[in-house]
Amino acid sequence: MIGLILLIRRELKLALRGGTDAVMAVVFFVLAAVLFPFGLGADPAMLPRIGGGIIWVVALLAAMLSLERMYANDHEDGSLDLLYLSPVALGTLALAKALAHWLTTGVLLLIAAPILALLYNLPASAFGALALSMLLGTPILSLVGGIGAALTLGARRGGVLLALLILPLYVPVLIFGAGAIDGAVAGRPIGPALLVLSGFLLAALALAPWATAAALRQAIE
Amino acid sequence: MFHRFANPARFSRIATRILPWSAAATIAMFIIGIYYALFASPADFQQGETVRIMYVHVPSAWISMACYTFIAVMSAIALIWKHPLADIAARSAAPLGVGFTLIVLITGSLWGKPTWGTWWVWDARLTSVLVLFFLYLGHIALTNAFDNPQRGARAAAVLALVGFVNIPIIKFSVDWWNTLHQPASVTRLDAPAIDPAILTPLLLMALAFTLYFFTMLLIRMRADLNGARARALRLSAAE
Amino acid sequence: MQGLITYKLSCIRGERSVFSGLDLAIKPGRALLLSGANGSGKSSLMRVLAGLLPAASGHIEWEGEDISADPDAHRARVAYIGHADPLKPSLTATENLQFWAQLYGLDPVVEPALYQFSIEHLADVPIRYFSAGQKRRLNLARLAVGQNSLAGPALWLLDEPATGLDPGAVSMLANTILAHLSNEGVAIISTHGGRLDQLIADSADHLTLQTSRSGAAG
Repeated sequence: MIGLILLIRRELKLALRGGTDAVMAVVFFVLAAVLFPFGLGADPAMLPRIGGGIIWVVALLAAMLSLERMYANDHEDGSLDLLYLSPVALGTLALAKALAHWLTTGVLLLIAAPILALLYNLPASAFGALALSMLLGTPILSLVGGIGAALTLGARRGGVLLALLILPLYVPVLIFGAGAIDGAVAGRPIGPALLVLSGFLLAALALAPWATAAALRQAIE
Repeated sequence: MFHRFANPARFSRIATRILPWSAAATIAMFIIGIYYALFASPADFQQGETVRIMYVHVPSAWISMACYTFIAVMSAIALIWKHPLADIAARSAAPLGVGFTLIVLITGSLWGKPTWGTWWVWDARLTSVLVLFFLYLGHIALTNAFDNPQRGARAAAVLALVGFVNIPIIKFSVDWWNTLHQPASVTRLDAPAIDPAILTPLLLMALAFTLYFFTMLLIRMRADLNGARARALRLSAAE
Repeated sequence: MQGLITYKLSCIRGERSVFSGLDLAIKPGRALLLSGANGSGKSSLMRVLAGLLPAASGHIEWEGEDISADPDAHRARVAYIGHADPLKPSLTATENLQFWAQLYGLDPVVEPALYQFSIEHLADVPIRYFSAGQKRRLNLARLAVGQNSLAGPALWLLDEPATGLDPGAVSMLANTILAHLSNEGVAIISTHGGRLDQLIADSADHLTLQTSRSGAAG
């Protein structure tokens, strides 16, 4: 537990000082979502219908942008070796990294999402579904994304490869995240979709650090 | 059972002995299966002759799922017991899986044009297979993404297990999404209720596809082992 | 006291056998200077001994006990210096060192370690302003942190630690290693010859790894 806090604190400190990565992800999130009406037209009746899906698709892509660096720096400068040799288990490291990634990306997306909801004319009744689905869904993106980040350590063409590995695994989150918002827009109950997302989150919390640890172990060898 | 085949050289010998037989059986089964599928079975009263696409489509779908299961099992063996043949089996099976998923998608599309009027309908089954296709592609890309082939094999093994856990989740999600966005009134390319006239050619073709998969797997594994031996010779010659 | 012993240790990287049948014995208070041409497997041996890389065959004993019996205990006794300096550019020297000390449960008071490598004046400077040699000094100061702690690591695995160091820093490193040895510690140091070897020659044995000719495995 001390190790987990120590690692998260380090990641946050590095994110805070190091870089604009997190801010860039949010800018990308908003910018990419703004592009869609240019391609699809800005029919006020259509926008709320496609808004939920677009916000979620763009959120997946934005979360993926910063995934590649999750372990890459530590791998390149030898920190990963020392992290492995430390008394802290690799699974704990994986959990800490994913939580830190969520705090620096997912939470920012969550905060920026209402702006997109306004741009897409989402009815006020859908804001709750948007916030809840993002709150439950974005941590899954960080947890599952961590597996991909660990698997592609040291690979050629890391970035594109990571997208190929991770995006198919993001499909369920996309379906139920967007499904919850669409449901709210259409006046259907959103409970089932959110419950399924919670189930996914619990499963990801239990399994993803374990798989990430296995992937990291291979990368260290 | 695995340790009897642990020695790659012994595996190559056994594979060489089995191959002529399995190749012959594959060809024979295809001849029988195609005869039944094209001539000895009736056309569907609704879909007409296009229903015969099913005899390729459905077995391919079965094999593409079974192949991913096979890769996942081999990956688990490779990770737990560090068995070298398991790595090779997984690596050799993946491109076959891509081939079969591609056949599923293409035949589905060919069937879709006369039946639905479009080349592609976001049907729940076809969409799940499309995601499976990308899982296969990711697996192959990861296998070949490293300078050290062993690192690629191990990373791909972890990915295969993650994918295997995710396939039911993806399937469930896509089904839910499909019922939400599309009333399920469209006809599906699917094995209908057990009518022996249809079931016989279907099972024969499934057997032929399975034999084909097995034969190709043996050929690919043997080629992979020979490649490794060639690399080894080159390495020792360079030193 | 038996120190570190390896029996018939071999290692395979990719499909290439790096070394095989390696028997080593290092008594407490002694260092082993490891030399050998590029590609002879010095770094791989270090990583195998650290537990970062699994051995293809053979085993390693510490004080008469197989290290695979308790990998956590083995990790706790290892201090590893690799080729790269695991330091974060945006953190200061103190922050970098403190993080590793805390993670490893070592003494988080790191000033004495900075003094030991004469970089105390850089304590609050972010690493991005450091030269390569200064970074290496800071990385080596991790050894001093362990030394100043109650239960510091007993097995030092130093992979070409003197790379990029000026003569003054090499002496500081030699003194740190000698203090460790006089404390019944064990050190394995890969090297391409030089001043460090001379400075610790009295407490050190030599081993030259031959480039493996056995080619491939399997």
